Amino acid sequence: MTTPATPPPQAPGQPFQQPQQGLGGPAGTYASPIPVRSPGLGDAIASEWTKIRSVRSTMWTLGVMIVLLLAVGLLSAFAVGASDAELEDTPVLSLGFFGVLLGSICVITLGVLTISSEYGTGMIRTTLTACPSRSRVLIAKSVVFFLLTFSITAVTTGIVGLLQTAMLGGATPGGDDWLRATVGVALYVATLGLLSLAVGALVRHSAGAITLMIAVVLLPLVLAMFMFSPSLADLQQALLEYSIPSQLAAFYDASVTPSGPSGWEPLWIVLGVTAVAMTGAFASLDRRDV
Amino acid sequence: MIEAVGLTKRYGAKTAVHNLSFQVRPGAVTGFLGPNGSGKSTTMRMMLGLDRPTSGHVTIGGHAFRSLPNAPRQVGALLDAKAVHGGRSARNHLLCLAQLAGIPAARVDEVLGVVGLQDVAKRRSKGFSLGMGQRLGIAAALLGDPQVLLFDEPVNGLDPEGILWVRNLMKRLASEGRTVFVSSHLMSEMAVTADHLIVIGRGQLLSDMSVKDFISANSADFARVRVSTDRPEGREKLTASLTEAGGRVMPEADGALRVTGLGLPRISDLAHAAEVRLWELSPHQASLEEAYMRMTQAAVDYRSTADAKAGLQPPPGYGAPGLPGHVAPPPPEVPQQGWYAPPPPGQNPYAAPAAPHGPVPAAGTAPAAPADPTTRETSEDPR
Repeated sequence: MTTPATPPPQAPGQPFQQPQQGLGGPAGTYASPIPVRSPGLGDAIASEWTKIRSVRSTMWTLGVMIVLLLAVGLLSAFAVGASDAELEDTPVLSLGFFGVLLGSICVITLGVLTISSEYGTGMIRTTLTACPSRSRVLIAKSVVFFLLTFSITAVTTGIVGLLQTAMLGGATPGGDDWLRATVGVALYVATLGLLSLAVGALVRHSAGAITLMIAVVLLPLVLAMFMFSPSLADLQQALLEYSIPSQLAAFYDASVTPSGPSGWEPLWIVLGVTAVAMTGAFASLDRRDV
Repeated sequence: MIEAVGLTKRYGAKTAVHNLSFQVRPGAVTGFLGPNGSGKSTTMRMMLGLDRPTSGHVTIGGHAFRSLPNAPRQVGALLDAKAVHGGRSARNHLLCLAQLAGIPAARVDEVLGVVGLQDVAKRRSKGFSLGMGQRLGIAAALLGDPQVLLFDEPVNGLDPEGILWVRNLMKRLASEGRTVFVSSHLMSEMAVTADHLIVIGRGQLLSDMSVKDFISANSADFARVRVSTDRPEGREKLTASLTEAGGRVMPEADGALRVTGLGLPRISDLAHAAEVRLWELSPHQASLEEAYMRMTQAAVDYRSTADAKAGLQPPPGYGAPGLPGHVAPPPPEVPQQGWYAPPPPGQNPYAAPAAPHGPVPAAGTAPAAPADPTTRETSEDPR
């Protein structure tokens, strides 16, 4: 089959010719009149964008996340403003933390659903028949999901931060504070979603993968709270420092422990974990039967 | 051209497909038949690179599916009509597949028209009936206008108009020089659609030949003879006379005789010589279904049993008066030609000439509970 470098432009609305019978070739050479073009990653990304925007779960999870970020962020600012407490040293932007922690559960859900819903419905077989390259499908899904959640989280946290600083006085946040509380948090949350996507590809079951991811987010902190035995003190300290809520709080300089990751460190940690999980997801998608 | 060589797939201890080798040629509709759980869907999944063969390989146009250049433009497949995200509209479903394959979006509206779904293109496919789902699946298979087409049970749930459409579609696609590979359980459909048959049972190849050869190799034509009922002794007389002449005579449930091995004129002559009047003397050609049943009867894994309702019936005498009570079910009748009900379970009438009724080899795997009315396998997936 010949592959023209650029397909001849098709006039809009003009129907393709129906395949003609008896093209004259020997048996086994049916040639389609539709221009043949080798698809690439760009086509897969366009396809995944169509997929993610055409199901309601995307709208619901992201809509709920935006509402949570705005509502919880503004309510906490209201509560602090009404209490007359002096917040000279408290960074105002840290009030956005509660909304982001709740919103990250929505991102986890969407990340898992992006791939596990294909397994649940059987759509994955249709997808992999249309594109046998597993890596292309997984990369396209990751890119579309990451960019979508990153941009929505960054914009929403930015709006919430602006409203909070307008409502409350307190210490004026610097440029680095702003960057970490918006772009940093958005990168962290979107990467957490990417980790969920990888877990979804490994577990292949929506409810199972979502439960697993929520346990990963919440359990270390809850377990650490009940570790009263002195012999477990080191483990308790590690769990407190490296639990996902603590890492997220580090972006606001509001971590539960003074030690532990700070600044941009949580992002490198979650990126490393996600890279490992993604490698596993690639291997699983490539090796296992669909 | 699809070529399978020594294809084997094991799931744990169960062998779904064992050492399967065949070729599917272009320019013809190749039917793929086999009882439930015989490995048809597994074979099709292996063709599409979705399942990895335990050993052996299958190629399409000389390449394994996963290394085909531009696979979606060369192979189109309908594996499972329900393999779509129900929340997505028909058009968006096809659009995302078209984008993935680098096919212009205008082709989406074209195939929607081809399968007749243009009016519901904006509706979410969750609300589709089985037949509409099948049409959507066929649309997805046709999207890339490919050279090789695989269809797993394409006519499931379609209305008669849809079945006719699929039949003509398959034939047209094959006449254009494409390779068309169709699995189905509807023997009447296969008989009129397929040119070539590949039959598997328990994951092994049972037959690979043209439909005509298949029928003549696996069944015998027969004549149905009905003797006038005013002289009952005429039937025995004719039976003796026919058997003497070298024919094989089997009584049918309604009193007719099924005669093989003798031509119609010879039967008529013999009847005349025996002074027996005939009310019916008709030629019967075995259908594809009969031939198929004879071939696969030993390879059926999931066999239904009579619904005895044991222990649930009221004791005799309590039945509604006037209704015929609990009479024994009528003896199984040999299906007439053109009437394709499945044979009574467990007592396959087609089996009679070949093997006497007895312990069927598959009995060990047959469901043990006789009172369970739902012994059919719900999923074809052997996993």
